[in-house]
Amino acid sequence: MKELLSGNEAVARGAFEGGVHFACAYPGTPSTEILENMSKYIEVKSQWSVNEKTALETALGASFGGMRALVAMKHVGLNVASDPLFSAGYIGAKGGLVIVSADDPGMHSSQNEQDNRNYARAAKIPMLEPSDSQEAKEFTKIAFAISEEFDTPVLLRLTTRISHSKSIVELKEREMVPIKGYEKDIKKNLILPAHARLLHKKVEERFKKLKELSNDFKYNYIEYNDKKVGIITSGISYQYAKEAMPDASFLKISLTWPLPDLLIKEFAKNVDVIYIVEENDPFLETEIKSMGIDVTGKELIPIVGELNPYIVKVSLGVLKPYTPKNIEVKAPPRPPALCPGCPHTSVFYVINKNRLIATGDIGCYTLGALPPLNAMDTCVDMGASITNAIGLEYALKKNDDKRKIVAVIGDSTFYHSGITGLIDMIYNGSKATVIILDNSITAMTGHQDNPGTGKTLMGEETQKVDIENVVKGLGVKNVKVVDTYDLEEVDRTIKEESKKDELSVIIARRPCMLIPEMKKKKFDKYQVDETKCTGCQMCVKLGCPAISFDKTEKKAKIDYDLCVGCSLCFQVCKFNAINKI
Amino acid sequence: MDTIKIIIAGVGGQGIILASDLLSDAAMNAGYDVKKSEVHGMSQRGGDVVSHIVIGKKVYSPLISFNEADFIVSFEKIEALRNIDYIKDDGTMIINNMQILPLPVASGSMDYPKNSIEEIKKIVKKTFIINAEEEAKKLGNIKVMNIVILGFLSKHIKVIERKYWDKTLKEKLPQKIFDINYKAFEKGYTLE
Ligand SMILES: Cc1ncc(C[n+]2csc(CCOP(=O)(O)OP(=O)(O)O)c2C)c(N)n1
Repeated sequence: MKELLSGNEAVARGAFEGGVHFACAYPGTPSTEILENMSKYIEVKSQWSVNEKTALETALGASFGGMRALVAMKHVGLNVASDPLFSAGYIGAKGGLVIVSADDPGMHSSQNEQDNRNYARAAKIPMLEPSDSQEAKEFTKIAFAISEEFDTPVLLRLTTRISHSKSIVELKEREMVPIKGYEKDIKKNLILPAHARLLHKKVEERFKKLKELSNDFKYNYIEYNDKKVGIITSGISYQYAKEAMPDASFLKISLTWPLPDLLIKEFAKNVDVIYIVEENDPFLETEIKSMGIDVTGKELIPIVGELNPYIVKVSLGVLKPYTPKNIEVKAPPRPPALCPGCPHTSVFYVINKNRLIATGDIGCYTLGALPPLNAMDTCVDMGASITNAIGLEYALKKNDDKRKIVAVIGDSTFYHSGITGLIDMIYNGSKATVIILDNSITAMTGHQDNPGTGKTLMGEETQKVDIENVVKGLGVKNVKVVDTYDLEEVDRTIKEESKKDELSVIIARRPCMLIPEMKKKKFDKYQVDETKCTGCQMCVKLGCPAISFDKTEKKAKIDYDLCVGCSLCFQVCKFNAINKI
Repeated sequence: MDTIKIIIAGVGGQGIILASDLLSDAAMNAGYDVKKSEVHGMSQRGGDVVSHIVIGKKVYSPLISFNEADFIVSFEKIEALRNIDYIKDDGTMIINNMQILPLPVASGSMDYPKNSIEEIKKIVKKTFIINAEEEAKKLGNIKVMNIVILGFLSKHIKVIERKYWDKTLKEKLPQKIFDINYKAFEKGYTLE
């Protein structure tokens, strides 16, 4: 049977067909849908982990027990999981262990465009790179087989265009793979220096065997055509290059680490010039040049940003740069914004109003950094809001700067990596204020459950990890909970707590308006009484997409369809010009 | 036919993903290779959404380049403008006459272009304007606006016969909402 699947759906399908027993992940664009789709296969135990490190360690634990295990994350997630990644490279995999890294060239929704092929080289483990959904499915199955045959974790690298593009996939039955079972084996699973020294030798021997595999691997193949031009490429770049130069000869590499050296040498002998078409880092280029082969890559193909057929064609000189159409009118940008009724809005409104320094974090709430809220100073990586505050607080103090710092972090981010930072704050005597924006869901990545929601990925009820208890249990003395729809309370609490010469935690709580229970609720909507509106634009400063300002009439307007009745605009209006319908 | 390249553009929440999924499925059911690509993520928060769909005997890239699109279907007026560089010289533009204010416009710091449709018509001869929102409202559910537009588009994609559309709608839409969506498709199909 044929079906149109996204790359992410195809990976889930491939894992299912490949007999996977266990799968886990922490969400992150563009990888999130892998586990969301895994959870549809009830034969497999799938779960959300608290972060990527816990996810990889959990999957490795399942592999210790002889299960086939899959773990998925976005590219920056692998940074968080890199510690166990390197250990797993030594330990190997009793049950097949496949680690999916979904990279984001072009940074559609990421803070950097790191190229995780570099991790395969650094951790000395094999990496597969599909170039469409059929390959994504196939390679996932193959990855499990390689993992068990060569006793190694296998990296499967996707990119946004693979993860989120759909193409036709041929579905197969699930292979029944028995669980091998657990046996104590400390020489392998307990990496003391004495054991690790032996394991490192094995890793190097394994690498040689993997190289042989790469040279014989069916999906590393040459397509001879016109031999004047040869192109070496992998992943989605293969598709772009095929479109750019359909008549050239191609070496398509699918097992990109270790590289098929013999195949590359053979190809180099048979074509006149070689272009390397790859996204981001000159990974293939550097390796192939170090083999003494003359190739052209990043001299022509940009290193920054995502590729597409147009860029590849122009870079390779087969297309003239496009002259934009001659049209006078331009479309104004449509930046993403916090939703109408977003429970985060009031906190940022107050931070902006009180001119506080806000060390920020990653989630929907990062949008609080944008105008008109302008309420965030920094955003580094998940959890950094809290720890950045510790260092910055000290720097301000030493500089006699009296400004106050609030660290702003979401609930999912707090569980992910905020808790250790908070312990650091307590231990090192920080006096900053931490605001935990608890919208009771992982919203940014599409509303996944987390330890605070009381539900698992499979939809089962589970024990909630209560943020208040966590914070109090760690020993924070000033703990306040506020309803973010009560602007006065939010304002007063943030002012009071940030003035204190002690550490405070404010839990700003209200569920996201987009979760099903909230969508079902009916709230009274608001409207502007034009006779009373003075055009002061206080309500506009909330950045609510339902509120617009008519420049000619000098009046605010509330879009009836968009308004969800949060009442914040009603609360900020000093002229009683906003009222319930 | 080499390939047919279609861009569907609009704003998060307008049902673009479903429409492009159905189009891709219909193409597959008609025996073609098909690839489609869109970026999810930030766009869920009121940003613009673009889906590229390429249909043919053999399709490599899911992405469409400038000057290549046979069709641009815009669910919102200025999104047509944003993607205009993708339309090829004799391409077809289908614009849903609906206006959703971007935040910089809503907050009064920028203006919503007034004459975008006239300007587009100067460049793209085959431009159709439809009022799918109105038609969907008449059918009693604004949410089927995307299917009205899809119905209109389907008439123009000659290589996918109507029977493949019907098969796709039957297979992919939940029973409960099939009837109203089928009506919406039919409405779009018969719109002038
Ligand atoms: C290491 C890492 N993993 C995953 C992500 C993807 N990601 C960005 S924000 C976010 C979740 C934020 O959820 P929460 O803190 O609850 O804030 P909300 O979006 O609900 O406001 C995730 C998973 C990331 N940026 N970095």
